[in-house]
This record gives sequence, structure tokens and C-alpha cells, in this order.
Amino acid sequence: MASEGLHEAANLLDEATIDHHRAMTSLCEELEAVDWYDQRVQATSDSSLAAVLAHNRDEEKEHASMTLEWLRRRDPVLDQHLRTYLFTTEAITEIEVEAEAGSGSASGSGAGAASGSGSLGIGSLKGSE
Amino acid sequence: MNHLLRELAPIADAGWEAIEQEIRPRLETHLAARKLVDFEGPLGWAHSATAVGRTTSIAGPSPAVTGSQRRVLPLVELRADFVLKRSEIDDAERGARDLDLPGLEDAGRHLALAENTAVFHGYAAGHLQGITECTSHSPLTLSLDAEHYPTAVAEAVDVLRQAGIGGPYGLALSPGLYTEIVHTAEHGGHLLLDHLRQILGGQLVWAPGVEGGIVLSLRGGDFVFESGQDISIGYAWHDAESVALYLEESFSFRVLEPDASVALRSKPKKSS
Repeated sequence: MASEGLHEAANLLDEATIDHHRAMTSLCEELEAVDWYDQRVQATSDSSLAAVLAHNRDEEKEHASMTLEWLRRRDPVLDQHLRTYLFTTEAITEIEVEAEAGSGSASGSGAGAASGSGSLGIGSLKGSE
Repeated sequence: MNHLLRELAPIADAGWEAIEQEIRPRLETHLAARKLVDFEGPLGWAHSATAVGRTTSIAGPSPAVTGSQRRVLPLVELRADFVLKRSEIDDAERGARDLDLPGLEDAGRHLALAENTAVFHGYAAGHLQGITECTSHSPLTLSLDAEHYPTAVAEAVDVLRQAGIGGPYGLALSPGLYTEIVHTAEHGGHLLLDHLRQILGGQLVWAPGVEGGIVLSLRGGDFVFESGQDISIGYAWHDAESVALYLEESFSFRVLEPDASVALRSKPKKSS
């Protein structure tokens, strides 16, 4: 079994969906680990332990980023949203207003798939017949 | 507004949604290559070339300095134009569910066929080499009798294994061969389709644009379709009766491992 977290019978899911599930589960676990390490760094009174825990916490951030990038490459809609919101400096809610108005000033390269961008959001079909 | 100029089209959101809902499942049926090769991207309309990590030696700018130039694989842009009746789009916006959009369906079929052909057999004008052009293995011949197809497919899988190429394996089939396989039951009543799936460990794909069949590894990392702009709908022009739109995409395709595929050729049938 790919994970105990499947919400539908595995035989109803294609390979790509199960791989997505694996990646999303891993991403959740990495971010949860960052949260736990963060709290332990705050809580310990031993500075050398805090340094080790902070180092480990930051490695989990790298793992989360790698998994997120794997997901982005396979999910055109996620790709569109990340291109719209990441690495911007404007107020985040203003970016949403601009993106929905189609001004494009806050969006990235326009690779998107959300309705309105023009893309049909088909992406990979690997694993389907 | 981006280069697709959709905001200039006389089409409301409900009309766009109806058009997209009409074409997306048809494209997903016809886009066979994406069911078998790795898909990377989309990297955006501005993405122009795939880095291949190689250089070409060029004359140095001076005797004391050598020069080389990076090689890249430029993306191709494919576009299929079509015209829709505005009255049909108006009906879609009223909630009609039995839309008749033949221009859209034809354009989708043509674009998918072009994408499949480029990936499986190449697109010389776009400098893209397809899977059958790059394979390092000699093609195998399919028997005239569909019941013997498993022998050729098993032989192709063996060729890949002998070359150290792991599975699972997939099979892209021309529509004619696919239909023949679906209709055939072997001795004992077993479906030929199921037998072939067992041999491959992966799926059989109905693949318009494929000549014969292609057995290939699905392990990943051997065949890369790099998408710039994934298939999108843009606006060209309109008048009182019609609106002209187009389907458009940009992509490159590379075979990274020539050992990872074997072509299957149909034996020509004797004319009676």
C-alpha cells in the first residue's frame, strides 16, 4: 500500500494519482517536522542541542522544497498559483485581486493552467490508458 | 492579458468553460505520447529552448582565447486554427449541453496527432527526433495473425531487458492494431489485451500517429517531453457570425536513452 492515507480504494486510482499522494504526504511530513524542530529549538535550554536541532530543521526545509518542486512540475494548476504568488513583494491578497482581474502584473511567466489563462491544464497523462 | 488575447474574444466565462470542457477530454483521449513519456513543465510561453548540456567548438576571439558555444534544442510551436459559430457559443452560455463544435474537435485531433507523431516518429522541420528514429534496436515484425502478437511483444521486452533497461514497459499502438487486439481472444478465451498487459507490466495505449507499435520502458528518465506553454486556446478574430480561435502549444522532445525502445512493424498484407 502506498500510504494509509489513501481515501479511495487503490485499485480505483491510477499510478500518477498515487505518486502525487506519496509526494503530498511527504511534503506534509517534512513541514510537520520543521514545526516540531522549531518548537524544540525554542524549548531547549542547551544551546548546542538547539544548534543541532536548527540544522536538522533547515534540512527538512530543503526536503520540503524539493518535494514541492516535484509536485509543481506535474501539476499545471499548482504551477500557475506558485508562479503567481511566490517571490513577490506585494500584499498577498492584492496579488490575488490582480490575478483574478487578469491584469497579469503580479503573475510570473504566464505558464498557467487556471481557467482564464488559456491553458487547458492537461499536463502529464503518464500512467493512463 | 497575455499573448492569447482571450479578453478580446466575444465569449463570456461560461462560453470559455463550455469550450474547454468540450475539448479537454477529447485531447486527453488522443494525446498518446503523454501517457508514455516523462512530461516536464509547463515552463511558460517565454521558454524558448531546452538546455542539452553540450557545446560546439567555435573559433576563439583571439589566438590566446578559445571559444565554444552552448547547444540548445529550440522549442517548436504548434497551432491549430478553428472557427466556431457565435450562435453555438451563445447556446453554451444559455446552458446548452449538446454542443456541436466540429471545428474545435478537428483542431484538437490534428494537434494531438501532430504531437504524437513528433514524439514517436520525429518532426524533421522542427529538428525533433522521435523515439523510432533514435532507437538503437532493430525493429521487430508483427505477424499477420494477431494471436501471435504476444511473441513479438515478449521478444521486444526481452531485447530491452538484455540491454539492461528496466520496466515496467508500455506499448503504443496504431489505432488499427489496437482495435484488432481489443477484438481478439486467444485459445481458451483469454483476451489478447490482458495477455499483452501481463507481458509488459504497463499499459497499452491507443496512439493515433503511430505506425505499427512501439514497446518502451516506462521507468522514467528515458524520454522527455518539455512543455513551454501547455495546450491553450487563443483568440484570432471575430465577425457577426463567427469567432476564430486556435489551440496552441510549445514543446521540445528528447530521447535520452536510445536503448529504451523497440519498434514493431506490421507485416504488409498480401494483396489478393
